[in-house]
Amino acid sequence: MGKDSNVLLWLSLKAFLGRVPYPLLHIDTTYEFPEMIEFREWAAKHYGINVIVKVNTEARERGVGYETHDPVTVTHELKTVALKQAITEHKWNALITGIRRDEDPTRAKERYFSPRDADSEWHYKHQPPQFWGQFAIKNAPGEHVRVQPLLDWTEVDIWCYIQREQIPIPSLYFARNGKRYRSLGCQPITHPVASSASTIDEIIAELEATRSSERAGRAQDHYEPHAMQKLRAKGFM
Amino acid sequence: MKIVFVGHVDHGKSTLIGRILDATGSLPEGKIEALRASCKTQGRRFEYAFVLDALAEEQQQNVTIDTTQIQFRTAKRGYTIIDAPGHEEFIKNMVTGAASADAAVIVIAADEGAREQSRRHGQLLSLLGIRQLVVAVNKMDLAGFSAKMFQRIEQEYGAFLHELGLNARAFVPVSAETGANVTASDREAMPWFNGPTLLQALDELEAPPSTVDQPLRFPIQDVYRTENRRILVGRIESGTLRVGDELLFSPRHKTARVATIERWPASAAETASAGESIGITLRDHIFIERGHVASHKIDAPAETNRVHATLFWLGTEPLSVGARYRLKLATQDVECQVVALGKVVDAATLDSATANATELRINEVGEVTLQTRAPLVLDNHDRVPTMGRFVLTNGDNLISGGVVSKVVYARAKTVKSENIFWSESEITAEGRAQRNQHRGAVVWLTGLSGAGKSTIARALERELFALSMHTYVLDGDNLRHGLNANLGFAPEDRAENIRRVAEVAKLMADAGTVVITSFISPYRADRARARSIALQAGAEFVEIFVDAPLEVCEQRDPKGLYRKARAGDLKGFTGIDAPYEPPDDAEIVVRTADETPGECVDRILAQLLSRLRL
Repeated sequence: MGKDSNVLLWLSLKAFLGRVPYPLLHIDTTYEFPEMIEFREWAAKHYGINVIVKVNTEARERGVGYETHDPVTVTHELKTVALKQAITEHKWNALITGIRRDEDPTRAKERYFSPRDADSEWHYKHQPPQFWGQFAIKNAPGEHVRVQPLLDWTEVDIWCYIQREQIPIPSLYFARNGKRYRSLGCQPITHPVASSASTIDEIIAELEATRSSERAGRAQDHYEPHAMQKLRAKGFM
Repeated sequence: MKIVFVGHVDHGKSTLIGRILDATGSLPEGKIEALRASCKTQGRRFEYAFVLDALAEEQQQNVTIDTTQIQFRTAKRGYTIIDAPGHEEFIKNMVTGAASADAAVIVIAADEGAREQSRRHGQLLSLLGIRQLVVAVNKMDLAGFSAKMFQRIEQEYGAFLHELGLNARAFVPVSAETGANVTASDREAMPWFNGPTLLQALDELEAPPSTVDQPLRFPIQDVYRTENRRILVGRIESGTLRVGDELLFSPRHKTARVATIERWPASAAETASAGESIGITLRDHIFIERGHVASHKIDAPAETNRVHATLFWLGTEPLSVGARYRLKLATQDVECQVVALGKVVDAATLDSATANATELRINEVGEVTLQTRAPLVLDNHDRVPTMGRFVLTNGDNLISGGVVSKVVYARAKTVKSENIFWSESEITAEGRAQRNQHRGAVVWLTGLSGAGKSTIARALERELFALSMHTYVLDGDNLRHGLNANLGFAPEDRAENIRRVAEVAKLMADAGTVVITSFISPYRADRARARSIALQAGAEFVEIFVDAPLEVCEQRDPKGLYRKARAGDLKGFTGIDAPYEPPDDAEIVVRTADETPGECVDRILAQLLSRLRL
């Protein structure tokens, strides 16, 4: 439940005037930061939301983990496969996600309403046109649509909104001992950046001055060329 | 401000955009230097057009630069350039961008002058409803900076635009190559030119009115029901609403006052404006559902079942007359049928306008008339853009975007008595239609006195009666003698006469009758109101223009009225000293000077019966 998820949750609360009529899914890789789990428990109670926690236990029992496998494989098994399992179990036909275009080049081609086939695969070369806030999608059994309202927000937009709305977020984003997390993932492959920003104001000022990528500290993106593209075509968010 | 750049492929559009971006400091740092260096190593001469190519290349490589939306700033304001890299892309960019462009720059090379393509671009802009134009006469360096060549283009192309009903705000001579008169005037090269630079001309264009300043439009997205409250939610598309405001809900035509504005976290603010997603509660209990649009009574949107629009076709299957689609406008979603196709332009090849096209193919832009199954609430695109554009879907795919034009706004309704509610019968219109085996409808005949309305009305009534349908003719004879006996022929009396006719016709149609009205009804706005009154009751409305030239009507003069009017014994007679506004969108037009009454009635029945059947 990083900054983007919290903004998304906040928008849901706004849209439904304080209650969220759909469940919140957390894909728990079992490599989460303890602060993140703590925050999740707090948020569930504080906002009165139904949190569904999904772990790909089958893969964990097979021994899939960062200790023995490469990060792309682990991310695929513990995030993407877990997500597919959750979609199948709950028969969901729509998923609201907090991804943004500026996070990664492959997310730049995304749409607000993005159809996924029964294998959660994304056919980005054949995307239907969407404009003027309108879309049309056929939703065959087993298929689902990703609804991505934050697509056009930038990292700085997210922080400005968190500041304006005073949205609670995990403390990992604020600098401690000269380091802070810009993006949160699995503990073994998420690295903090050098930073002295300990308030939201300072974070915004820091981001406006920087040119390095937000996900630079997320190892799975950089493990091999086009790692993110491959992950995403198979259903990664 | 959004500006679309169009022009013949070889007239230097890309060079001009590259030059503007560089001169306004809108390119990433070092971009130009890097390009110059790379040209040098490749032994090529540097050109500004490479800037756009380089951006396009980066887009290919997945970097998040969208060449179709490039930004630059002048001292006055920010601009977004909507460019069309290739013709294939043109149509899509037009749909997503240019239809909402505020202005266009047409680039014409001075040494070649306006080409066929330049003229077609003009046509396309005219179809799209873009009214603010600046013509950049480029490559002045290749024309020896000649005043004569510039003026010739200004005259010839200006006259052409004028024919299309367009007016260029400025003709500006420039050289993208040398930079002359793009951002700074070049007195040395063109001492004869006293007008603005290209950027000055852009800065002089009128900014689009902000959505907050437009009339209130609040399309209802959903209704949240709790135990004792109903909250109407949606996004305010334009205007402002306040607690206490009386809102008109179209197409139900019901009014209610705003009790509260609902937000989370709760806020004490008593107003909400364009762009805000909010909920409201009402003081009065009225039935509202998704698709209804709230407005203020004095500035209400139009309601119609007949839509005139310019469509961009994106579907692989062509559009054809008679085909049915789903039309989505704001939160409304209705079935519609294509009833007519007008001018068509191929946006990819810009092939000449075809007047009598029977289909609209992928990448073509055309004028269409659509008939919807249920009343649609809309605005002219140039009045309230967000309520003046829609998409068509075939269920699975979005296949077209449309921009609404030629909306006739009905005269505002004057309701003198408050607290009167339409009480809905437990027997529904559908139930009555089931029993009668046909739907109720209003068949509205309009035309000059002597055009043949009464003859056609009576003949049509006989035919429908013979088909076992419930039908009745309303005309001056049975209404002016009774219900409307207190009305004369002054314009306001005529308007009131027509309003009463429309109300009576609506009730009869609601009761299941096919009502045929036979009135001159000379004013467009009155007929538009009659349509909206009928649609409120869910009745079909079919406007029939009974057309005959004035001379023919005057010659027929069945009641001797023209003679009296000519003699000055009858004042305010339509066609003589009072205007007749012919319909430009009647469902059916019959020409009684060329067709027999029998032929007219046959043609009317052919279209009408399919709409009356269940």
